[in-house]
Amino acid sequence: MAEMRYREALNQALAEELERDPNVFLMGQDISVFGGAFKVTEGLMDRFGEKRIRDTPISENTIVGLGVGSAMTGLRPVIELMTINFSLLALDQIINHAAHVRYMFGGQVSVPLVVRMPQGAGHQLGPTHSHSFEALYLHVPGLLVAVPTTAADAKGLLKTAIRDDNPVIFIEHETLYGQRGEVPDDPDFTVPFGLAAIRREGSDVTLIGISRMAQTAERAAEQLAADHGIEAEVIDPRTLRPLDLDTILESVAKTNRCVIVEEGWPHGGVGANLAALIQEQGFDDLDAPVGRVTGVDAPMPYAKSLEQISFPHEEQVIEATLALFGDRKRASRG
Amino acid sequence: MTDHQLPPSEMSLEWLRSMTLIRRFEERAGEQYTRAKVGGFLHLAIGEEATIVGAVAALRPTDYMIATYRSHGQALARGSEPGRVMAELFGRVDGLCRGRGGSMHMFDLERRFMGGFGIVGGNLPLAAGFGLTSDYLGNDEATLCQFGDGASNQGTFGETLNLAALWSLPVVFMVTNNQFGMGTSLERHSAQTNLQIKGEGFGVPGMQCDGMDVIDTWAVTSEAIRIAREERQPVLVEALNYRFRGHSIADPEDYRTEEEVLEWSKRDPLVTFGDRLVAEGVLNDEQREAIDLEAIEAVDAAVAFADASPEPEPSSLYDDVYVLSDQVRGWYSADHRGASLQKGEELS
Ligand SMILES: Cc1ncc(C[n+]2csc(CCOP(=O)(O)OP(=O)(O)O)c2C)c(N)n1
Repeated sequence: MAEMRYREALNQALAEELERDPNVFLMGQDISVFGGAFKVTEGLMDRFGEKRIRDTPISENTIVGLGVGSAMTGLRPVIELMTINFSLLALDQIINHAAHVRYMFGGQVSVPLVVRMPQGAGHQLGPTHSHSFEALYLHVPGLLVAVPTTAADAKGLLKTAIRDDNPVIFIEHETLYGQRGEVPDDPDFTVPFGLAAIRREGSDVTLIGISRMAQTAERAAEQLAADHGIEAEVIDPRTLRPLDLDTILESVAKTNRCVIVEEGWPHGGVGANLAALIQEQGFDDLDAPVGRVTGVDAPMPYAKSLEQISFPHEEQVIEATLALFGDRKRASRG
Repeated sequence: MTDHQLPPSEMSLEWLRSMTLIRRFEERAGEQYTRAKVGGFLHLAIGEEATIVGAVAALRPTDYMIATYRSHGQALARGSEPGRVMAELFGRVDGLCRGRGGSMHMFDLERRFMGGFGIVGGNLPLAAGFGLTSDYLGNDEATLCQFGDGASNQGTFGETLNLAALWSLPVVFMVTNNQFGMGTSLERHSAQTNLQIKGEGFGVPGMQCDGMDVIDTWAVTSEAIRIAREERQPVLVEALNYRFRGHSIADPEDYRTEEEVLEWSKRDPLVTFGDRLVAEGVLNDEQREAIDLEAIEAVDAAVAFADASPEPEPSSLYDDVYVLSDQVRGWYSADHRGASLQKGEELS
């Protein structure tokens, strides 16, 4: 094990895959000379050269389209979009093309493309720079969606994404780039898609945290145990497609309660979708409605005081969890 | 007609056969549409055969060709079986895309016909992507990307031309200027109506060809492809042509006059080229008739083939949404109608 930052883990994954497969190459704005807006690709240009670490003009839709075209013809492009907010300009290529080319042409080609980009609020960047869009991409059949929260997962999932033959939307988090974590030394270390991580075991309630919210859920779980005697099981799905629903359902069968925590908007969110799946597949196991904690249903404000109450923190997770226990646990608070 | 010499007889005859096949195929497709054998939209290329055949003739089999939702002809010119193109229109399993794409989304990987795209302007970045692959792998394959005059107003036009020039990609962009984007005429949709120069500011020089003349289209496209392939310089070719039918089958054509259509139809690429072959002794009337009959027979057979082909199985609905991995325990898709999980989950 080596300790490193999330961004360094991503950098290692890219370097190892570039080393392993000559058809892997990177494209994005300011990723070579500048080293990436969040320095994820730092040093790669010196090592792999301009042919494989390609700076592009500011043309998101067309960059992704070049990725789709080159993936259809045998390359394995990894595209960095500066942030997920700008992926909105590339929705045509991501949805109408990357996601559907294989299906609409009857399986004649595949699109082994990775689009990496960070998301998330908390940096006072206001309404155009703070989105969380995992729900948007989860919506689209044909795309896979990964949302790593630890350094080890960042590395292991990115390597899997690059080796996968489907288009993968790989969503990093701006707040996590600087976080440190233990990462296995084995150069063949990967994290499989469709396998959730149980971050904390517990028997009273299942907390599912998406992207950075897996960490918020974990911290909330510690407080729930300390202050309320509630032992929460915390699940980080790690990939939303493919989804490890089995692990979630097994946990809910054990705890009979579930709260889903995400940073994005509530309507049509990941939590809305998961809650539907859980009640469809595990209705008999539930002792209470599935709870959701989400970002507020508004654009992201700039003012720090407002921004901080616009996305979930531990308090909201604790509150939503306690609500599932009714008076029994609330009473035990005092 | 331009003053090019006729190419060798076999080549000329091949082009006439190819254009005739497209014409007869399109006519029959339109007829099948009115019998409800074909669903959705149907965009016919009648009148544009010379642009298709001349451009395709400039390519090697290993070059990539990509076009729009109006591309039955491109598939046929690249050598796709007419029966499989018709079966795709009918939505049958033997269609080129197994009934997943329909008229607007033809694709034949084996012949490097790379689609068939329903989004106006969506195919330009993909073409540059093919060019990037050729460049990256260091081979001498080139890409030809056809799109309409209307598509030249999309953001992808400027973005892609800039990138292709910046990265010296071997791509020829061919804007087929058939004078209209649906019902909006060129001068009503583009401030610059001389489309061949529309790429210059992006570093892509332009050329123009008479898209009603198969020889001129072939000659100009060949030169453009040579420049792209050898000099690694993308080129924009404007092919001037005209579609004789409506934008799609359901088009009352209120935006143009019958006189205008009549005027252009005097330049029908099939008639003018056929006449010339007869005039120059490459072909006699009987042989010309035989070529037409051959095309009609091929199209008859295509319809019979498509008719006989089964509908896709409902159980195939989820095929090819994903490349499924047996390493993955999670599920890829959920089917809420049965509240049960689909494909992928049974692999756990
Ligand atoms: C992005 C997008 N906008 C609108 C349409 C609807 N549409 C289909 S074809 C067409 C006209 C395109 O004209 P042009 O590019 O000149 O090609 P042509 O049909 O004449 O071959 C339009 C507006 C579409 N398919 N995609």
